[in-house]
Amino acid sequence: MTSALGRLRALAVPLVLALMFLGSGQSAFAFDAEMVSGLLSEEASDKADAIEKIVASGDPTTLGLLAALRDGTLRVTPDKKLFIKERGVLKDAISGADLEAEPDESEKVTINNRLRSQVDSAIAGLRIFSKDAKERLVAAKAIEPSIDTLPMLSKALAAETDAKVREVLRLAEASAKLQSPDVAQQLAAIESLAASTDPKVRTQLQALTSPPSGTETPEAAKVRTAAVEAVAAIERRLAMYDIVGRLFTGVSLGSILLLVALGLAITYGLLGVINMAHGEMLMIGAYATYLTQQVFRSHFPDHIDWYLVCAVPVSFAIAAAIGMLLERTVIRWLYGRPLETLLATWGISLFLIQLVRQVFGAQNVEVANPSWMSGGIELTNLVLPYNRIVIIGFSAAVLLLVWLMLTRTRLGLFIRGVTQNRTMASCVGVPTGKVDLMAFGLGSGIGGLAGCALSQIGNVGPDLGQSYIIDSFMVVVLGGVGQLLGTVYAALGLGVVAKFLEPFIGAVPTKILILVLIIAFIQKRPQGLFALKGRSVES
Amino acid sequence: MNTDDDLKGGVTSGLGHIMPAGVDVSHGPILYLEGITVSFDGFRALNDLNFTVEAGELRCIIGPNGAGKTTMMDVITGKTRPDAGTAFFGQTIDLTRFTEAEIAHRGIGRKFQKPTVFENHTVVENLELAMKADKRVRASLRAKLRADDLARIGETLALIRLESEAGRLAGTLSHGQKQWLEIGMLLMQEPKLLLLDEPAAGMTDEETARTAELFKQLAGSHTLVVVEHDMDFIASIARTVTVLHEGSVLAEGPMDVVKNDERVIEVYLGR
Amino acid sequence: MTTFTIPGREPLFSGKGWAALLAFLLASVVLVPVLFLAVPESSPFHLSAYFVTLIGKIMCYCVVAVAMNLIWGYTGILSLGHGVFFALGGYAFGMYLMRMIGREGQYQSDLPDFMVFLDWKAYPWYWSFTDQFWYSALLVVLVPGLLAFVFGYFAFRSRIKGVYFSIITQALTFAFMLLFFRNDTGFGGNNGFTDFKRILGFRISDPGTRATLFAITALYLAGCLVLTRALIRSKYGRVLTAIRDSESRLMFSGYNPLWFKLSVWTLSGVLCGIAGALYVPQVGIINPSEMSPANSIEIAIWVAVGGRGTLLGPILGAGIVNGAKSFFTQSFPEYWLFFLGILFVVVTLFLPKGVAGWIASRKSGDKT
Repeated sequence: MTSALGRLRALAVPLVLALMFLGSGQSAFAFDAEMVSGLLSEEASDKADAIEKIVASGDPTTLGLLAALRDGTLRVTPDKKLFIKERGVLKDAISGADLEAEPDESEKVTINNRLRSQVDSAIAGLRIFSKDAKERLVAAKAIEPSIDTLPMLSKALAAETDAKVREVLRLAEASAKLQSPDVAQQLAAIESLAASTDPKVRTQLQALTSPPSGTETPEAAKVRTAAVEAVAAIERRLAMYDIVGRLFTGVSLGSILLLVALGLAITYGLLGVINMAHGEMLMIGAYATYLTQQVFRSHFPDHIDWYLVCAVPVSFAIAAAIGMLLERTVIRWLYGRPLETLLATWGISLFLIQLVRQVFGAQNVEVANPSWMSGGIELTNLVLPYNRIVIIGFSAAVLLLVWLMLTRTRLGLFIRGVTQNRTMASCVGVPTGKVDLMAFGLGSGIGGLAGCALSQIGNVGPDLGQSYIIDSFMVVVLGGVGQLLGTVYAALGLGVVAKFLEPFIGAVPTKILILVLIIAFIQKRPQGLFALKGRSVES
Repeated sequence: MNTDDDLKGGVTSGLGHIMPAGVDVSHGPILYLEGITVSFDGFRALNDLNFTVEAGELRCIIGPNGAGKTTMMDVITGKTRPDAGTAFFGQTIDLTRFTEAEIAHRGIGRKFQKPTVFENHTVVENLELAMKADKRVRASLRAKLRADDLARIGETLALIRLESEAGRLAGTLSHGQKQWLEIGMLLMQEPKLLLLDEPAAGMTDEETARTAELFKQLAGSHTLVVVEHDMDFIASIARTVTVLHEGSVLAEGPMDVVKNDERVIEVYLGR
Repeated sequence: MTTFTIPGREPLFSGKGWAALLAFLLASVVLVPVLFLAVPESSPFHLSAYFVTLIGKIMCYCVVAVAMNLIWGYTGILSLGHGVFFALGGYAFGMYLMRMIGREGQYQSDLPDFMVFLDWKAYPWYWSFTDQFWYSALLVVLVPGLLAFVFGYFAFRSRIKGVYFSIITQALTFAFMLLFFRNDTGFGGNNGFTDFKRILGFRISDPGTRATLFAITALYLAGCLVLTRALIRSKYGRVLTAIRDSESRLMFSGYNPLWFKLSVWTLSGVLCGIAGALYVPQVGIINPSEMSPANSIEIAIWVAVGGRGTLLGPILGAGIVNGAKSFFTQSFPEYWLFFLGILFVVVTLFLPKGVAGWIASRKSGDKT
């Protein structure tokens, strides 16, 4: 129904008849030998005129000829017949019909560099009449709006049926109209451009805002004021998009930090131990994801898009198992000696890194996004990638699950009890040893989940964990011990603050400034954002 | 070492470490808490607590677990800042404004519930570290024990009956011996006010009796506040007993009166 | 009263101790230079330049371990960022060495090659006066000292302790590493400083210069040992150990731990800085990887292997681990991290007092 309407509307324009033929799969040629005869002239200027004529025709069927001209596959016989010879296939340049035999004599139609670029832009411009909406969109964006391209833009806009392309064309047409000598047309253009968010448009409008050196006609003043207002409106909108964009990247970083720090915070709250090998739990989770992907590739290639769903439990289970193994073999022997635990877990992390290097090689392995995660939501000039959005949702889900587990299950009750007062918990019969084991497994498993998420946005290599671990330590320091909320606030806060600072002072100074801010913050609240108070905590 | 002159100065010297002036007890009370409230995440460990101790008194504090005894000691020694209320040591020293070290320096000594001594130091070294002296960095670099210092250490060793263990590492002492060493360290500080959290815990009957003896001896020249659960021990030393319950004073008075108070029996002593 | 040692009255070293110290000094100031410079290469007693440099380097590490032992072994504060002080000392002195290259660099410019490469026209302000040896020597002390003091003041004032303190120091060194990796920082980025030519007019590659630097390092190491021993024997040292064992008892005894911690922390940082300054001319390069968190943690393991809170343990540990590192990186480079990782675990689990503690317990075990 819609497409029928679109076609009806398009009928108003004669040219579109040709397009309709194209749409129904037939080919027709609206240009003739006469039109291209200039190409055969020796003079470059004649050739240029001919190309211009072809472009002005706005006929997409000339694309083949222009491409041949550019690629040097356009040939001419002594009797001025044009044909295209590409990879041994011969075609008539005008009709497009296949030729049976190659003419005895022919020579290449040559062009110089200046002409070549003219041809290039002509090809780009003509794509705007392509039957493929995607191609039209690319072309519409590529056309430099100017008074020269205005007729073509207007023509294309009138014919356009796709809303997205129409919007781009409308802006381009308005930009072109800015250069029109007609004041009314200029004002109309400014008005329609004021709704844009394109930085390029702003630059164009800005050019109109500088006051002239001499006296200004009232019309010119009108145009100038309108332009100033339009620029201000655009800038406001750009600033808003900028804030939204940074907020998004900040929340995205924050959600990653949260995923990474969540497991760490649980074990730290419970055991008073910073697990320096937590980064390697991420790495293990990421490699588990990689392995799952490989299994799907070789065994279930039809369902490859769903490997990630399967990788989530796999990475949790593998990381949790390794975490519990470490707890049993090393960490439990060091309870009450937190600094030694720090060193021992660091040693474990070195060991694991080297182990992965030996098994999988020192190079990064390739983990691909499933197709449903590539691309993103486009908000005019802002793109919110799906993989980032999925990770934000994923960490929210993990957070919710952890929260439910801590508040609604028996294990969660035990974990909270031991966190608050180990001796007392043990006195009332909480099996603290078992709780430690389970909690360490849980923390490591969440680390594995974080690694699974990270594999979707970054490189997967033996050093993966090292790049996130110090930031997540800072989250734990800032968030305080024993409460999930502290970790959440600290992670999101650090993420957003970092992303708002970065554009102003750069990535490295941001890291340093954040460290300074954390130290300053701790002056006021040594226990972090949220800390359990009371006498049992300090002893 | 001219510590005695330094210690009377009452001036800010060196790296912001304030040297104490003497404690002004001209109006009677040496410790004066009024309206002290401390909450931990909504739980009120101390609830509008009013508590006064006269100079030279030996005061015992009893109360069930969670009554706020340790928190009160934390407030007095500067470990915990109250959310509301005033805490004065003598007439002039506002305890809420000073750090633990400054308060200790001004003459409040504290013994913890669990004996805490410097386990990797010998008994003598423990006493030496506690001894009243200039306790700043520079002084500690030059500090040398003089003959009278050694004599004082010797006296304290005799008092706490650890002469024969003088060269042993404190960590190797028995529980009761550690309790004694900690009391000895407190005495070396020459405090005006001693806060003692369960000093008789883990002691033999004989040791407990001697501790009671020592405390009675110290009272008068020192002020003692003793937290205990051992009612016999309290009965042997107490003149005035304060009962804490749910963060405030439930009853206060001579042992006999308190022992027969209905509310005290209800919450603490049991029938 | 039974006999006991009066605190602070035991001798600085026993007779044996003094003899060992003297023997060490004679060996490094007389014997090594003679074997290196005077004994012909053909002789089996000749020491190679490689050996002299390696031992010189390890002695620098030994100083770092001694400094780490002061703060961790005796005071109980684990720093995972001591590499930053070492590297800053190295960079401070490296600035002087860079300027002494003069026009002998590849671009034959007055500026160091990396600045020419960045198209800088003049030295940044913080390079002023670094062509003066004494000024650079002052920086070697001041820069790490000031950083340690300021960082330590804020950290200790807010009573950041234990694991918290450790990971914040790790973040500190990490932040500095990132900073120094940047070309814009003006310290040569990735490559750092290298290709030194002269020091106080002497060619750095001359055997005489090498032997002198070696002897100075040995003297410095001996000096650090004597200083540690003197500090630990004083009441100050007993307060440090008391902080480690029971900080709250110490506070309630009237000590303010802040100034004790801060002073020993700053001293430790300065000692590391000077070690870094001696390291750079001997090894011939300083780059930001010296500030990597991994390097700083390795320092802790030297001390742990040797024995925390013992005088000679850290030196033993630095020697053992670095000796093993030289061996592994030459013979089985891929197994070094396995070895190091297992070492961390084994030492913390089974040798809590390190090799020195183990030897001591073996000795006392033999007697009984």
